[in-house]
Amino acid sequence: MAQQTMTQSTPPLRVTIGRTGMYAIVFALCVMFGFPLFWTAMSSLKTIPEMFEFPPVLIPAVPQWSNYWTVLNISYPVGRWFLNSVLVVLLTTSGSLVTASLVAYSLARFDYRGRDVLFMITLATMMLPAQVTLIPQFVLFYKLGWINTILPLWVPHWFGGGAFAIFLMRQFFLTLPRDLDEAALIDGAGYFRIFWLILLPLCKPVLATLAIITIIASWSDFLGPLIYLNSPEKFTVSVGLQFFKAVPEVGGEPMQHLLMAACIMSMIPIIVIFFFGQRFFVQGIVMSGIKG
Amino acid sequence: MAVAETQASTSSAKKSSLFSRVIGTQSEFQTKRAVWGYVYALPWILGLLIFWGGPILASFYFGFTEYAVTGSPRFIGLNNYVKAFSGDELFWPSLGRTFTFAGMYIPFAVGGALLLAVLLNQKLTGTTVYRTLFFVPHLVPAVALAVLWTFLLAPRVGPVNQFLRDIGIANPPGWLASRDSALVSVTMINVWAAMGGNTMLIFLAGLQGVPQELYDAASIDGGGTWAKFRHVTLPMLTPTIFFNVVLAVIGALKVFTTAWVATQGGPSYATWFFALHIYFQAFQYFRLGYGSALAWVLAATLLFFTWVQVRYSRRWVHYEGG
Repeated sequence: MAQQTMTQSTPPLRVTIGRTGMYAIVFALCVMFGFPLFWTAMSSLKTIPEMFEFPPVLIPAVPQWSNYWTVLNISYPVGRWFLNSVLVVLLTTSGSLVTASLVAYSLARFDYRGRDVLFMITLATMMLPAQVTLIPQFVLFYKLGWINTILPLWVPHWFGGGAFAIFLMRQFFLTLPRDLDEAALIDGAGYFRIFWLILLPLCKPVLATLAIITIIASWSDFLGPLIYLNSPEKFTVSVGLQFFKAVPEVGGEPMQHLLMAACIMSMIPIIVIFFFGQRFFVQGIVMSGIKG
Repeated sequence: MAVAETQASTSSAKKSSLFSRVIGTQSEFQTKRAVWGYVYALPWILGLLIFWGGPILASFYFGFTEYAVTGSPRFIGLNNYVKAFSGDELFWPSLGRTFTFAGMYIPFAVGGALLLAVLLNQKLTGTTVYRTLFFVPHLVPAVALAVLWTFLLAPRVGPVNQFLRDIGIANPPGWLASRDSALVSVTMINVWAAMGGNTMLIFLAGLQGVPQELYDAASIDGGGTWAKFRHVTLPMLTPTIFFNVVLAVIGALKVFTTAWVATQGGPSYATWFFALHIYFQAFQYFRLGYGSALAWVLAATLLFFTWVQVRYSRRWVHYEGG
């Protein structure tokens, strides 16, 4: 015991070397994870000759901030892609938050025949790969005449927001004391009032978590927009970037530096949202990890 | 008692008692509550029918048909499955390639995430900054990820090969542009993006749940850093490792976006994964019947691997108090 106290106050040489080694590893990892993003940011400020210089240059001689303006004015409707993505994200996220919290309220607070089966089915849908339902969904939206519109991307989210959203909200509702509901019920409040005025305000942290996760997933989604959208002015950022990458020049004029700028622009909203909501995001992931 | 009362009263109450028996409630209050329960669950009940139940049945049926979206499905029995297993020269290679990808990806993504989490758990100065920096690649949208790595791995003007030439490797690989290295490149990109992501956060939470007494006990028994990791951390983390591996397997077998954007499945099919094969059949050639059959093969494969993992998890996963 005494020996242990001693080692804690004066760390032996071995421990010091160990810690220095750890800092060295952490530094190397920071470079490994940070450099690709730094390189892309620098490339977005280059001129075209600098993009293709050999050997490659890291830092542009004069940073071309105007690239970020130019990219919005080329013949590809890049600005439009961002607007479309924002619209899809807003519609998707609001639908998920509203309907998932209602469904979760039902699953957590009401007793009815089939409730537990409904919950089991909900969990089971998480096991099935999206590819299985993708083709019939495509047929359905085709028959509805929704191809080349953003409707297939957000309308399904207004039907419960998906298993993960419902699961996350239900788990949270279960942590709120039932006395709250009962007191309000005795005071004559209806079920919707209890949900809206009493329970939902207490759900703010989990709503924030769900919002952040949904925003990130919907902003980054590629397969959905790839299948449903086919004219460039309808594209979201993800399909647009892919389209831009496939043909990075118009009329023989290379635009790789502008592609880099668009690439950085596509990351910024997500990274900003993550920074502001980091606490909620991490909680959500951890909750799903521990209880899943 | 309440049931008897309602049954004895007016005819409208009788109707509600029949209804209440169907939904299994015993008083008017309970019936009303249950009805509200159904009402609030309605969006999801409809969603399950329209976007899950219906499509699952339809997809299962399409698998036995020949169907281009403009016509109507024509029943052809097991032909799609026969074609997949014996008449499609891309089927087995794309499945095999997906397994190769998973075999390389899972150990590095999950093992790497565990090492990062252990490192972040050492209470080094600036841990929050490192954690955020490790996490940021996971936030990069998959398309942007593929775009930026295409430039980083450019054979001539990319910084990665420049670095390799600087340290004396005269002929660095062609990465995504070469048939021999494209699969490894796509794996690397996915590992880079996944290592510091959700998997690492879940490990971090798991590490924080390991009781300090166990480490203290190990110290008293003279255990060093490695012994503590091997005999305390690892066994206590097995449920978390199990969870992360199951998720990684599911993710790896569905790999799509990075390969599609970076290489479109090439060069010469080097990154033509199973999910790309489904996509091409269904949405480029509009063979919806054949695409559905392939999707069920993928679903069966995923379920099989998940089942195997759950089945054999008892041999190595240690549940505290379980």
